[in-house]
Amino acid sequence: MKIQKTVAEINEKIKKGEAVVLTAEEVSQMAETASPAEIAKKVDVVTTATFGAMCSSGAFINFGHADPPIRMEEIKLNNVPAYGGLAAVDTYIGATAESETDPTYGGAHVIEDLLKGRDVVLEARAKGTDCYPRKTIQTTININNINEFYLYNPRNAYQNYPAATNSTSKILYTYMGNLLPKFGNITYSTAGELSPLLNDPELRTIGIGTRIFLCGAEGYVTWNGTQFNRSKPRNVYGIPLGNAATIAVTGDLKQMSAEFLKAAYFEKYGISIFIGLGIPIPVLDEDLAKRVSIKNCEIDTVICDYGQPDHPVLARVHYAQLQSGHVLLNGKKVRTAPMASLYKARQIADILKNKIETGRFLLTEPVQLFPENTTTKPLNMREEAS
Amino acid sequence: MKKRYVLTFPSDTTNEPITYNLVKQFDIKINIIKAKINAGEEGTLLLEMDAAQENIRKARKYLEENHIACQSVEKKVHWKEDECMHCGACTAVCFSQALTMDANRQLIFNTEKCIVCELCVKACPLKLFEIHFSE
Repeated sequence: MKIQKTVAEINEKIKKGEAVVLTAEEVSQMAETASPAEIAKKVDVVTTATFGAMCSSGAFINFGHADPPIRMEEIKLNNVPAYGGLAAVDTYIGATAESETDPTYGGAHVIEDLLKGRDVVLEARAKGTDCYPRKTIQTTININNINEFYLYNPRNAYQNYPAATNSTSKILYTYMGNLLPKFGNITYSTAGELSPLLNDPELRTIGIGTRIFLCGAEGYVTWNGTQFNRSKPRNVYGIPLGNAATIAVTGDLKQMSAEFLKAAYFEKYGISIFIGLGIPIPVLDEDLAKRVSIKNCEIDTVICDYGQPDHPVLARVHYAQLQSGHVLLNGKKVRTAPMASLYKARQIADILKNKIETGRFLLTEPVQLFPENTTTKPLNMREEAS
Repeated sequence: MKKRYVLTFPSDTTNEPITYNLVKQFDIKINIIKAKINAGEEGTLLLEMDAAQENIRKARKYLEENHIACQSVEKKVHWKEDECMHCGACTAVCFSQALTMDANRQLIFNTEKCIVCELCVKACPLKLFEIHFSE
């Protein structure tokens, strides 16, 4: 008889402490000897995770009103510009925003400093209105004296990503790390078989409303991420080659842990933020059992040359090769290195597994599934209107 | 005794085979770590010398006679391990394989293998590598 489970049934098992939960790596190992039917029968939930640099991240903050009040139009936090185009004392600070005085400090550091309980200098200016007469303000804020403080990341957890190398004779400083000259190294950035969107490549269980682990707290998938592309070519295992689907996520920073959110500076590139994200996947049927059993050797990606303007594809490899420490490129053994922490991703998958096993994390069904057949348009340069 | 030195060769250095003599005359085990030598320019050689203290003393005298400055360096890469998130970005540039990932995907720093090329200093997104100097 075919196995068919519902999220509600799995949640009942979780509440009773009876759910069988494995990490995505554990289930891939189990699949060496068990069939998808057996896995669907035995396993209820598979936890996936990633911990990598995700530039398209940031936080909303509400500062509370001063007396007399100000309608903030230009806002700086520790000298990092924050968005002044919202209501009087709301802002959005983007992770990649750079300090006006220190290029190695930015929005990500402001978020991390606040998360760690540190004071941050707030400076704001306004033109002054009848209802908001104050024109300038300078004070310090911290996590305890601000109102809402939540992450809203428009694009996280890329479903696969190309690996990077460099054909030029100069070292390239990129968001994919320092790429040494003449194909001196290859860097890659996903957690492979542990990565969330690679374990449910058709996005059957991940959609709007999915409850997730976000930087130590419970967070939610709020929309499809930006540059959401469902039209990438796929390999025989249904894995998209290169950057495909993404998710927008949100979560309460006041509940998060600095262990799973780290501000970063990439040399001569700028600021980014490492985000720890985990997603539980309910094993509803054989199809999902097969999907979560995906192994590193079945997940392909492409190697792109960051030395050329359009980053041409040079080769195709799988994650078992990338994780082995070297791959053959043009007949030459080239060193490979990760840019995302598999160590941290494994920690997250284990924490999530434990929470579910002990009934402290229930699964959700998506309120709405993501759009299908989407593509990503380039920005075409139009001829200037006269 | 194993120690690192920077030898600075003046632009008009004679044809004296310096490193050969260090090995043959003073019985020093030499490991050349970094070399910057261009014709007509001052050159530098970062090397590790392994020998009895007396031999090193004699070798330094020999270098001095040949107008080659010999400065002992103790330059070390310091890794702030506690703050490391084990992303592995530093391993991309570490060609001496001092920085590697273990089976648990945690970073290991084998200081014995470090040649102080300093590429990890720029490669670490959390800036956890520092250069410490001492004589």
